[in-house]
Amino acid sequence: MTGSPTGKIRIILPPHLRGLAHVKGEISLDVAGPPTVRSVLDALEATYPMLQGTIRDHVTQQRRPFLRFFACEEDLSHESPDAPLPDAVVSGKEPLLILGAIAGG
Amino acid sequence: MSKVRVLVGTRKGAFILTADGKREKWTVSGPHFAGWEIYHMKGSPASPNRIYASQTSGWFGQIIQRSDDGGKTWIQPGTPPGESTTGPGGAPKAESNKFVYDTSAETGKPLTTHQWYDGTQHPWEFKRVWHIEPSLTEPDVVYAGVEDAAIFRSKDGGKSWQELSGLRGHGTGPQWQPGAGGMCLHSILHDPSNPKRMVIAISAAGAFRTDDGGKTWKPINKGLHSQYIPNPTAEVGHCVHHIAMNGTRPNVLFMQKHWDVMRSDDAGDSWKEVSGNLPTDFGFVIDVHAHEPETIYVIPIKSDGEHYVHEGKLRVYRSRAGGNEWEPLTKGLPQKDCYVNVLRDAMAVDSLEKCGVYFGTTGGQVYCSANAGNSWKAIVHDLPAVLSVEVQTLR
Repeated sequence: MTGSPTGKIRIILPPHLRGLAHVKGEISLDVAGPPTVRSVLDALEATYPMLQGTIRDHVTQQRRPFLRFFACEEDLSHESPDAPLPDAVVSGKEPLLILGAIAGG
Repeated sequence: MSKVRVLVGTRKGAFILTADGKREKWTVSGPHFAGWEIYHMKGSPASPNRIYASQTSGWFGQIIQRSDDGGKTWIQPGTPPGESTTGPGGAPKAESNKFVYDTSAETGKPLTTHQWYDGTQHPWEFKRVWHIEPSLTEPDVVYAGVEDAAIFRSKDGGKSWQELSGLRGHGTGPQWQPGAGGMCLHSILHDPSNPKRMVIAISAAGAFRTDDGGKTWKPINKGLHSQYIPNPTAEVGHCVHHIAMNGTRPNVLFMQKHWDVMRSDDAGDSWKEVSGNLPTDFGFVIDVHAHEPETIYVIPIKSDGEHYVHEGKLRVYRSRAGGNEWEPLTKGLPQKDCYVNVLRDAMAVDSLEKCGVYFGTTGGQVYCSANAGNSWKAIVHDLPAVLSVEVQTLR
């Protein structure tokens, strides 16, 4: 597995969380160690502490039920949070998408 | 000159409405926290420019916001002590919006389940903050009523929250069950004459009181009669929708129950019905005139199956006798083809000489009466559905 040319993982947040974190567009982050969902979220929350508890439960660290993780057109939501992310995400070619369930209103 | 600041929580953000004491010309600020549900906002009586807000989402969980400048700017107060209050790019930090139920051995009775809709036991699961009640005297002390029902307290301006676990642990918790809106703790009343006393209410468990600052609690539901539960006069299980008090007479409480408007003259030890001549005694809001403690307001809703005003007419009912005898207040309110609801935390009164009364509807209107209900004007017509209305009187 080769790292991103920039050494960063690309992340796309749902609009509500972009507003909460005061960011526009996608985020690029350095991730310590092998990139996994857990390590990416750890890095995300360390940089944007206001996101703590909004993607993973404060206590259980479980993914919140109305959110899912996608990359390379694959649903990673039910994979182990410690599973390696796809090479295309690690290389920076593709982003990790954090999506909210679609609902009216 | 005096002015008023109306804090409006809606399904899609917060709005702040301000006017001078005449309450005729209004300035509207918002939406703050656009796209999020704002269940409740309330200012500190001890420091009125401090406002707390409950920002919540079924997707993303609970956020507590705080303003120290009357709602112009906001922070998430959970930043660790000594650290910068802003992160990269100047963004506010908030590492904690944690509401963690107390299951420690120190409580004596770790409590982990309540009654579910089908009568089985169900784990307590934190969902959101329904109501925020700042201390009457200390700006950094604030209480939060949450779903699933519990009361939390912060002593550090909202940075961290600790459960007052004696409420859930006093013994009846496993009998509490959610109403249709969830098992929420929605009313928190401080007794201005006794800092150790608080009254709270839960749907659907009932009303409870502490006389020792939140350590121990007892149900205060004698006199309530609810035909929709197996034992209509049970100690707990009643669907209380809201409780109100005039601070000059803290032993007198008024309650809008699922059905029935109730009154207590002994701080909740006993209740009697005062629905009187109301066209329907179902409803959500109830409030008390700021200067006339026997003048109370309700907005009757047709029924538990039809959550809109009766006969398509938006009518506030006022009693000047502490209940039983009610008059409809209609001037300025729509009297045909109106089918809005007014939710439990969506009515408030100011304390200007001519008491102002305010309420917000699920249709997005916020109405103001600057003459104790005699006539009404819409401050705004077209907000998202209104969840809560509070008003601050600023002198």
